Amino acid sequence: MARKVRVLVAKPGLDGHDRGAKVVANALKDAGMEIIYTGLHQTPEMIAESAVQEDVDVVGLSILSGAHMTMFPRVMELMKEKGAEHIVIFGGGIIPAEDVEKLEKIGVARIFGPGTDTGDIVKFIRERFPEE
Amino acid sequence: MRERPSIESLLELFADGKVSAAARLITILEDGGKDAERVLDSIFQRTGNAYRIGFTGPPGAGKSSLLNRVTAKFRAKDHRVGIIAIDPTSPFTGGAFLGDRIRMQAHSEDPDVFVRSLASRGSLGGISNCTDEVVDLMDAFGKDLVLIETVGVGQSELEISEKAHTVVVVLVPESGDGIQAMKAGLMEIGDIFVMNKADHEDAEGAAREIQDTLRLKDIPEGEWEPKVVLTSAREETGIDDLIDVIEEHRRHLDEGGRFANMRKKILRSRVRNALMDRMERRLRASDKVRELLEQRMESVYRGEMSPYMVVRELEELVSIQ
Amino acid sequence: MDRKKYNDEKKRYQETLSGCGCQDIEFTTVSGEEVGEIYTPDETEGFDYNEQLGFPGQYPYTRGVYPNMYRGRLWTQRQFAGFGTAKDTNGRYHYLLEHGQTGLSVAFDMPTIMGYDSDHKRSEGEVGRCGVAIDSLRDMEVLFDGIDLGAITTSMTINAPASILLAFYLCAGEKKGTAFDKMGGTIQNDILKEYIAQKSWIFPPEESLRIITNILAFCSDHVPRWNTISISGYHIREAGSTAIQELAFTLADGFAYVEAGIAAGLDVDKFAPRLSFFFNSHLDFFEEIVKYRAARRIWAKRMKEKYGAKNPKSLLLRFHTQTAGCTLTAQQPENNIVRTAFQAMSAVLGGTQSLHTNSMDETLALPSEKAVRIALRTQQIIAHETGVINTIDPLAGSYFIETRTNEMEEAAEAYFRKIDDLGGVVKAIDKGFFQREIQRSAYEYQKAFEAGRKVIVGLNRFKLENEEIDIPLLRIDEEVERQQKKAVQDARADRDNDKVARELERLKAAAEGTDNLMPVIIDCARCYATEGEIIDTLKGVFGEYKEPLFI
Ligand SMILES: Nc1nc2c(ncn2[C@@H]2O[C@H](COP(=O)(O)OP(=O)(O)OP(=O)(O)O)[C@@H](O)[C@H]2O)c(=O)[nH]1
Ligand SMILES: [Mg+2]
Repeated sequence: MARKVRVLVAKPGLDGHDRGAKVVANALKDAGMEIIYTGLHQTPEMIAESAVQEDVDVVGLSILSGAHMTMFPRVMELMKEKGAEHIVIFGGGIIPAEDVEKLEKIGVARIFGPGTDTGDIVKFIRERFPEE
Repeated sequence: MRERPSIESLLELFADGKVSAAARLITILEDGGKDAERVLDSIFQRTGNAYRIGFTGPPGAGKSSLLNRVTAKFRAKDHRVGIIAIDPTSPFTGGAFLGDRIRMQAHSEDPDVFVRSLASRGSLGGISNCTDEVVDLMDAFGKDLVLIETVGVGQSELEISEKAHTVVVVLVPESGDGIQAMKAGLMEIGDIFVMNKADHEDAEGAAREIQDTLRLKDIPEGEWEPKVVLTSAREETGIDDLIDVIEEHRRHLDEGGRFANMRKKILRSRVRNALMDRMERRLRASDKVRELLEQRMESVYRGEMSPYMVVRELEELVSIQ
Repeated sequence: MDRKKYNDEKKRYQETLSGCGCQDIEFTTVSGEEVGEIYTPDETEGFDYNEQLGFPGQYPYTRGVYPNMYRGRLWTQRQFAGFGTAKDTNGRYHYLLEHGQTGLSVAFDMPTIMGYDSDHKRSEGEVGRCGVAIDSLRDMEVLFDGIDLGAITTSMTINAPASILLAFYLCAGEKKGTAFDKMGGTIQNDILKEYIAQKSWIFPPEESLRIITNILAFCSDHVPRWNTISISGYHIREAGSTAIQELAFTLADGFAYVEAGIAAGLDVDKFAPRLSFFFNSHLDFFEEIVKYRAARRIWAKRMKEKYGAKNPKSLLLRFHTQTAGCTLTAQQPENNIVRTAFQAMSAVLGGTQSLHTNSMDETLALPSEKAVRIALRTQQIIAHETGVINTIDPLAGSYFIETRTNEMEEAAEAYFRKIDDLGGVVKAIDKGFFQREIQRSAYEYQKAFEAGRKVIVGLNRFKLENEEIDIPLLRIDEEVERQQKKAVQDARADRDNDKVARELERLKAAAEGTDNLMPVIIDCARCYATEGEIIDTLKGVFGEYKEPLFI
């Protein structure tokens, strides 16, 4: 049975730098995935609830404003509350190495820094959700 | 990774009103097959309460923005709202960009609004094959209004008219939308025509044009006369009028058993479609049928047999008592 | 010139050249434009010096806006800075001024940019992160403590709430005894590019344009030294546009402001001299130089011919440049120093009026003091060691430069026609024209990079395995947010709240009517109304802009 990978791409926080989020969304779509794009200025509550309702496999969050240590933990916490801790979460943006470590400890699957090849993100998702 | 809880436990959680369970059941419905049928079998008894409103129209007409506004009004009237937003799957990559939800994020923290984005996947028209099933699930989940958004190009508009009780066609004043709509057959299926973006120039003129075209239609005595409403989703005008007309149409259906008939018609066509679909799949899957067909085709190519002779022979092979 | 000899030699050259063979790579600019292998007098045939170049400081200003350019005065070295609380940033400003910086440039944090006070729920985690947090006049007073606002000029990167931050600044100066007309500086105040690229909007376009024309009118009467709009291509480019798109969309925005000003009944020659520009300096050395030269010429021509400007100052396209943040890599970050130096050099050769050079660590975090110093030193090396300032517009007359300048101009004109066909800039925004164009370019570039057709050193070529980043990073303490929350709450407790309520009520009435909003906003600022309160009042009247989605 064909099973499509569903990915939520969102930009939490107040900044409007969505170039990365859109490039990633396009690349994942071109790789055959279904992208639910919720756009700018998303609160952790919006993100978690959308992820649950859409029953996505993966959530990708792009943060460039420096608020990552507030946003990611909050999203993770809400996901757990809503019974969706199975959803794989990855991030992108300007995030210092020591914060990356901390985020990975709380369960963020991967942080992709600036200059990431979108092919690596596709691969990262495909490894977890192979095309059937 | 893809391990999911058993269908039984999901159904239990679903009965308890857990959104995450409902969402995962929708995924099972989307994936189709035996599991999907099991889910549907067990929830179907709880359906039949939701009123379905379809929104269709050309890309970018403001359907999602309008749904956002309409949902706020329906929530103020204490309706529990389910929204199904369908976008096309790319025939080249199989991927899809589902961007309707972005307009409705204002409702994301309201537990009585459930939004689900679907890709059209294998279906040819812009509407997903499992739309009916997802509507059922939202219905069984306690949503008494289900709003369905589809892009009105190709065949989806005809399909939407088989799925929705009220069909709202959303148009914009921009260059010749009205004419496009007529060509695309949208005029045939709309119960309500919305001229959105009324904040733009010439919206009123465009609405009048639609009104004039509708006058030419032959509507039997006592039947519903399609209405035209001007709205601006951006400036939040005309939304109350739209709600009024939707409710008027609903009352109209309630009169004289129209609604019950419509419901029967919808269910009948569902059964028929599912059956046809099943038969077709079985025919395709049968080696015997394929072999015989291949053999006989040679005779057809040579002009020795007519196509109907082949069909009669095949019919016997699959004969239904 | 001996024409026959020329033709023979050219033919011979072309034959040898085709025999030489070329590397198997794409010879295109960073924007994907094909360029020729060599330019000759054939390309510039019919070239008219007077028409196309003129002398520096003379129409059409292709060679520069001033006759003496850097012989008269160097460009302003203006490093953009801001982080944490007003007090933290004030310390950085003193540091920069002591190190020879000649103007200040304020970076605000996201809540300030979006019009939320620091204690708003949406501000959580963002206070003081990528700029300084300013909630009211009180913070502005701290930000410029010990700095004479009559002696320096300040640039503020602020758009949707520009009127409010300008009001805070003017009031802060006034309290130190500097009159409005003695203060100089810039607010970015370019809302059109927010809808197009940067996406820090608050109000819908029409309402935003009204506020902007109010600022234009107010400043030309009361703050004549203020640059009222810094029409910005920088963010358009960072969002992924090509050089041509940056040029064309930015100038189109500029023309839209001019038209809005004229439509509001203002005299073009009164406000146009205070419009300035802000461009990106990207990697392609010559493409950028050519972009600045074409920009000056296009602006001068249109201002004169289409908008009937008479004041020569209205024709001058003066611009600030920032090196391209999006070209910096997190890998081998020291390489960014080199990238930035070349980008700065093309801005100087292109005749910029002021310059910000990025710090090498900006893809890692907020710039550290050391990184900022190197960035500033880069400008000083260009100014004082390389000798490029000696001669004005040294590249003029180059076959290559002039041909490409002409091509740039033509390509921009083609975009202007398209935008006109769509009904102007605001309509084109509504239809998603710019947004789609930029997104497409960004995705194309990403694909070219991933396919290896575009090289980024350290990223897809010449990589280092297991690289250890050895750069000290500036971190913002969580404490900042707590302090700033308390500060804004104290400020609210500490003022005449009845007066604030009355002023906000006046503001509401003004917004509903047609009066100039600036004087009322200044009155609100004076009695310490917060930015969030002022914005909320305006939102109540103007509504909020919603994100469109174009794919
Ligand atoms: N001026 C104006 N713009 C509107 C109005 N309604 C929607 N829009 C804008 O039109 C664009 C498309 O709106 P959507 O609501 O996404 O339209 P849609 O029909 O759902 O689009 P698709 O799902 O892509 O087919 C957005 O930029 C909206 O902001 C309106 O009443 N007036
Ligand atoms: Mg939509």
